[in-house]
Amino acid sequence: MPQTLFEKVWSQHAVRQLPTGQTQLYIGLHLVHEVTSPQAFDMLRLRGWRVRAPHRTFATVDHIVPTASQARPFADLMAEQMAQSLERNCRDHNIPLFDLASGRQGIVHVIGPELGLTQPGMTIACGDSHTSTHGAFGALAFGIGTSQVRDVLASQCMAMTPVKVRRIEVRGLLAPGVYAKDVVLTIIQRLGIEGGVGYAYEYAGDTISRMSMDERMTICNMSIEGGARFGYVNPDDVTADYLEGRPYAPTAAEFPAARARWKALASDAGAVYDDVFSLDASTISPTVTWGTNPGQSVGVADRLPGSADVDSLAFMGLSPNQPIAGTKIDVAFIGSCTNGRLSDLREAARVIAGRKVAPGVRALVVPGSQAVRAAAESEGLHEIFRSAGFDWRDAGCSMCLAMNPDRLHGREICASSSNRNFKGRQGSPTGRTLLMSPAMVAAAAIQGAVVDVRTMLGVMA
Amino acid sequence: MTDSRIITVVGRGVVLRGPDIDTDRIIPARFLKTVTFNGLEQNVFADDRQALKAAGERHPFDRPEFSGASVLLVNKNFGCGSSREHAPQALWRWGIRAVIAESFAEIFASNSLMLGLPCLSVTEHDMQDMMKLVDADPAVGISVDIAQDGITIGAHSWPTTIPAHTKDALTSGHWDGAALLLDRYDEVEATASRLPY
Ligand code: SF4
Repeated sequence: MPQTLFEKVWSQHAVRQLPTGQTQLYIGLHLVHEVTSPQAFDMLRLRGWRVRAPHRTFATVDHIVPTASQARPFADLMAEQMAQSLERNCRDHNIPLFDLASGRQGIVHVIGPELGLTQPGMTIACGDSHTSTHGAFGALAFGIGTSQVRDVLASQCMAMTPVKVRRIEVRGLLAPGVYAKDVVLTIIQRLGIEGGVGYAYEYAGDTISRMSMDERMTICNMSIEGGARFGYVNPDDVTADYLEGRPYAPTAAEFPAARARWKALASDAGAVYDDVFSLDASTISPTVTWGTNPGQSVGVADRLPGSADVDSLAFMGLSPNQPIAGTKIDVAFIGSCTNGRLSDLREAARVIAGRKVAPGVRALVVPGSQAVRAAAESEGLHEIFRSAGFDWRDAGCSMCLAMNPDRLHGREICASSSNRNFKGRQGSPTGRTLLMSPAMVAAAAIQGAVVDVRTMLGVMA
Repeated sequence: MTDSRIITVVGRGVVLRGPDIDTDRIIPARFLKTVTFNGLEQNVFADDRQALKAAGERHPFDRPEFSGASVLLVNKNFGCGSSREHAPQALWRWGIRAVIAESFAEIFASNSLMLGLPCLSVTEHDMQDMMKLVDADPAVGISVDIAQDGITIGAHSWPTTIPAHTKDALTSGHWDGAALLLDRYDEVEATASRLPY
């Protein structure tokens, strides 16, 4: 019988049915970071358990690291304590740690793929909801809580219930100036932030097939913002080409077999889906959120809905029916596991080359990993950003969330390439976030206000 | 061994209105900068509470009539956003022993189960009635019956829904599943050895 990738990978990792009716699922790769793991390691110690599969476990520091200077000890003593706690736990349990000195540190969802740890057909768990990012490789990757981190450390397994699969078919050409971020914001807007609860999202169609791995990662990353714990793309040659030669990928000798095995994991023609949703890519325009959840968005040329939620509007200081373009911004943030990869920085640099950040706007670029930073510097992107007036930072989660010194102050409005516009997300309880693509953030930084990036790319009058 | 079965929750309610209450609101990220869960209850809904205080109002978690409540009544998509277990931990440490919602985000519900914090769903219509009742009389007694799929507030009862495995885990006391996963480990090793990676 034809199967979806979800079914194939799930059954390969199913150990047995538990007395509760759930499946005991084996976890092929466990990624660990400093925020959601210390309590898990403590629980392990308390019960006298060891880490069952340290060779399937990898750690890095991302959420709390300062990005202006990564000198140790960190100025923030709590951050320093969290870093030390992770270092001690990794040492005690023989877990490889990509720390600041490794040259391989970065946001956990950026370094997994970059190092070739993330591979098609794996089950991947991490104490972080954006673990769905790794689904771009055709893996079943999902976020877990701290007690589940403990379970995976102790048993390399989880108790899970299979979810339904919704195929999201995106067809047609994206117009110039329209990016993967706009596609996923549009999907979330159409299906709702709760629409994916109980589902894995399989992203398919020619638009997705043409996308690079970076773009597929942006889409899968935000599955959770649509309520879906999993999002994935079927593996193809783009996937295999990306992985070839990476440090933890199969060796050259093993690679052809791996490539064939990976491609065979793709959902079979004729596989049955619980739901199908179609989207015409040519109808998508650069998209901006106006509210306090990622489903509240409009095209940049559009007005806010007349029926927009009053609480969200009051918080944002916006009115129904007003155009989103022209909304003044105070801060521009390019980075995060959604859009902090090399291609994102290239697109943003293309917009700002030869231009200057508007007076009064605080603008920063935070590469998703040390490797992204180094690659960008070797292309001279840092010079373009710096001469435009952007701060060029070290790798980390930075202003995506408020666990490090990068944050909003008071009611500042931030044009942000990150993934959440929740109240307080960027560190000030009254701070405001407008989500958009990195190119759109770059354009807003230059104009000092939300603007259609296509006018600056010369692709639209 | 202590009895870990969770079959009923009895107490008073606290009403918190609004859809899509995300985990950043339940416990803002800056309070995650800690290596333990201790003390999280002090900062549950910190920003929402502060904002209301500044406006001269009171958040339900600050209203004296709700102090000591153990059953949280909320609307739809409660707990969306991040995977932080700190969110149910903060609620539990504040004193919440059951959450009743129109619907839940998936990771929040699974994290809650790991703590033995039942998450039960009711219809939007029933939730409106329940909220009205508790608002009118915050001292009214509430009894949540996990085994029988129901909630009683004063003289009224409504049906609740809960995934079968969650109900089973709570009522049998197996909600802390780590030991179960370590059971029959030879089967785990057999599965691992069959993997092509
Ligand atoms: S960049 Fe943001 S969303 Fe991604 S892991 Fe870091 S904090 Fe989470």
